[in-house]
Amino acid sequence: MTSRVGVVQFPGTNCELDVIQVVEQLGGTAEILFHSERSLGGVDAVVVPGGFAHGDYLRTGAIARFSPVMDAVARHAAEGGPVVGICNGFQVLCEAGLLPGALQKNVGLKFLCEDAVVRVETTDSALTNLTSIGQHLNIPINHFEGNYVCAPNLLDGLRAEDQVVLRYVDNPNGSLDNIAGICNAGRNVVGLMPHPERASDALLGSEDGLVLVQSILAACEERSATISAPR
Amino acid sequence: MTAEPLHRALGMTDDELEAVVDELGREPTHLELAMYSVMWSEHCSYKSSRSHLKRLPTEAPWVLVGPGEGAGVIDVGDGIAVAVRIESHNHPSAVEPYQGAATGVGGIIRDIFSMGARPIALMDPLRFGLLDDARTRYLFEGVVSGISGYGNAVGVPTIGGEAVFDECYQDNPLVNVFCLGVLPHERLVLARAEGVGNLAMLLGASTGRDGIGGASVLASAGFADADESKRPSVQVGDPFEEKKLIEACLELLDAGLAIGVQDLGAAGLSCAASETAAKTGAGMDVDVARVAKREPGMTPVEVLTSESQERMLAIVTPDNLDAVLALCERWEVRATVVGRVTDNARFRVYDGVFDALGVPGVNPAPPHGDAAQDVSSDREPIADVPIGSLGDGPLYHRPLAPPNDLHDKQSDDPARELAARFPDGTDCSSELLALLASPNIADKTWISRQYDHQLFLNTVVGPGRDASVLRLQETAGRALALAVDGKARFCALDPRTGARLAVLEAARNVACSGARPLALVNCLNFGNPEHTEVMWQFSEVIDGMAEACTALGLPVIGGNVSFYNESRGADIDPTPVVGVIGLIDNLNTRPAGTALTSGDQILVLGETRSELGGSEWATMHGLRNGVPPIADLDTARRLHELVAALVVEGVPSGIHDCADGGLAVTLCEMAIAGEAGFQVNIGGALSCFSESASRVVLSLAPDLKQAVLDRAAVAGVAALVIGEAAGTRLIAEEAFDVSLTDATTAWRDAIPSLMAAVVAH
Repeated sequence: MTSRVGVVQFPGTNCELDVIQVVEQLGGTAEILFHSERSLGGVDAVVVPGGFAHGDYLRTGAIARFSPVMDAVARHAAEGGPVVGICNGFQVLCEAGLLPGALQKNVGLKFLCEDAVVRVETTDSALTNLTSIGQHLNIPINHFEGNYVCAPNLLDGLRAEDQVVLRYVDNPNGSLDNIAGICNAGRNVVGLMPHPERASDALLGSEDGLVLVQSILAACEERSATISAPR
Repeated sequence: MTAEPLHRALGMTDDELEAVVDELGREPTHLELAMYSVMWSEHCSYKSSRSHLKRLPTEAPWVLVGPGEGAGVIDVGDGIAVAVRIESHNHPSAVEPYQGAATGVGGIIRDIFSMGARPIALMDPLRFGLLDDARTRYLFEGVVSGISGYGNAVGVPTIGGEAVFDECYQDNPLVNVFCLGVLPHERLVLARAEGVGNLAMLLGASTGRDGIGGASVLASAGFADADESKRPSVQVGDPFEEKKLIEACLELLDAGLAIGVQDLGAAGLSCAASETAAKTGAGMDVDVARVAKREPGMTPVEVLTSESQERMLAIVTPDNLDAVLALCERWEVRATVVGRVTDNARFRVYDGVFDALGVPGVNPAPPHGDAAQDVSSDREPIADVPIGSLGDGPLYHRPLAPPNDLHDKQSDDPARELAARFPDGTDCSSELLALLASPNIADKTWISRQYDHQLFLNTVVGPGRDASVLRLQETAGRALALAVDGKARFCALDPRTGARLAVLEAARNVACSGARPLALVNCLNFGNPEHTEVMWQFSEVIDGMAEACTALGLPVIGGNVSFYNESRGADIDPTPVVGVIGLIDNLNTRPAGTALTSGDQILVLGETRSELGGSEWATMHGLRNGVPPIADLDTARRLHELVAALVVEGVPSGIHDCADGGLAVTLCEMAIAGEAGFQVNIGGALSCFSESASRVVLSLAPDLKQAVLDRAAVAGVAALVIGEAAGTRLIAEEAFDVSLTDATTAWRDAIPSLMAAVVAH
């Protein structure tokens, strides 16, 4: 069966159509989950895409976390469903408490839109299950607040539990421990600053993001297989 | 001492007041005078430029909408059209760089989606003074931040632009903004208020006191220095509000709920409400009580002339009102009925009659501090004017004359002094490195990395190249190549030739991506039109542009005129900026980049002469006189066709337009891009740095060389093999020899080093 991906749209989100396009390019189906929805309508996975949810006013993700749809996303995550936050979506998931830590302004205090090379640190996540450890991926970043920070004990925990998913090869924004993406303890919720959907076609300069989106679809299939299998 | 009469305080002349009195047959009310003053301002009425602009060619079979609407629209095939517009926001940016630039971006985006097009790309041609000046750095930093802050958040990628630094812009930066949108033909709408009884709804932000008099005070008069007392005339932007407006308006049009939508830009509600109705011969009644106000105590004059951002006017039928309100509520966009279409061809403004007359909709809650509006149906209008008269401003044929020193300047060829100082055989390695580090030539990544240039997955070629390339995913494999260029230093020496050269350079850049040019938009930045030499420059530029566009078959589908760019009593150099839109019929692979490939032969198409007037090298030595390069239109057309064909066929492995800094700089840029050295023979310093027009450099696999030479001969284009790509040194025999590393460092680090001194805010 085809994996169904719900793509959350807050007012101010702007990467939702790009994510939908790439999911469909890879054979999945995708639909918009408007922020006022209280149900996910039975999707297999959720992507919280990039943009400027609610204008990023107050602080990135600070208002979006209160949107009705986020309760449904939290329930889906608690049930083990795949949830991936890209860029602003990563910021929203941190604010919502679905991922630890926070993203603050880049070192250099400038917005950065450029290519970044990231290294895969674990294949045990909803975003990287089809990759190999140590694999280098060229995926664009596009953010002002991508500088990952967390308390020292949290960082120890992330490292000990293999929750760092992607690291920058050449840290562009000052992120702690070169972190570009992390997952939760259940490994089903992942946040990353780079935009895999932007590295989806040789015509655009890189196809390295496809394996990550494909991994989300694979996580959907694995989950539906697990759920439908007799226990 | 008597007080200044009201019309003069509003920027109107005595003659213009006289014309208003003639039109009305009585003295105008304060509100009427305020509306005429903004609508008849230079910025809104083009009163000094209209008589010249009509000499530009505007027609071609693929032009769907020409100049005079929100944006120009062209057919690009497969049922898809693109809407394009360029505008200036110079004076607001001089006064408050962040908000000036941000609201420039916001305004142009609204023009595009008011046509029914989804805005998918921005480009920003910018001009500043010299970066060794602290205020220039502040303006540069602020303008780039404003474009980044607004453009990224509103969700429209900035895919290219230009930045030029010259002392003539020291107190008067130029911030031009180009926007392109895409739409299916059937969604094309023109802002028209048709149908008696239809409603005009104000969507988006509330109306505040920001930007009052922006069109007449800021944009249509000179100012001594960047004057901070004029800051209240600069608007403040909110990209989040605009993002919601884009989605709501496009959904309204998709659902067929709006007859038309119109941006509230310069002159605010006066302009939008009167223009939409005037175009159909209808009339419009507006009730200021229906307008949601941001502050207490706002007068009708303030409400009608406010330039508060992120507002649109939608024309809807009463039957659709509820559906429109529901859609806007979903997007959290404020929507109130503020006007009603009539059949009396008058623009009438009331204060608090709509509720009593039963016009659908309700008065919004007054701002805190204002009492609720009392309701009456028999109140007289506070303005009542023939609707067409507002948009039918005066037409001036201003006197024009060439500057007195024109002949002296043109006959002072900088080549004479440069030849004396740098005779053939002189080592000019240090000259080359200095040119590469000149901000006009140096790497602009410091700017472009602050802009989201990839959203929507269309950007095949982004900023920093000859042209940007966008794939059109709505079509079967088509793509657009977009370039913006201006050649002000050439225009200062000979405006007619300079305008031709700007058109040729933009068209050449588009050809280097394998595209054929389809249309052109212009942003005409000039000094004070009351100066005869400025009007002469303007007239000459229009003629030069018309000649080049005609020769290349390029219709002008829209434009903007910005006068009064002056400070400390000096006019800026005439700065016509053009944007050229080219079409690639079938884009399967990325077009060749600018990189040299080691082992390739290097070939130059086009002729190199000793042409240094207005060149970057001569300017670096303080030599600003002479004549610009020859702009032969027929040669250019043949070159463009040849180049586009070669690129489409994938012949060159690298290709680069030859412009600022001449062949030497072009070769270095290709070497830096390809991380490959070269060894060439291109003569001495004067030919290395000459800026002869209509030249393109190719990096070619050796076995393709003869075929290209043969094709050039057939096309009647000069072609010369000048050397090969090899090693890690950049060598021009008898001229320069520098390491690739040194050249790269000079080019890449120049702007970041200059800006490192700026404290980020």
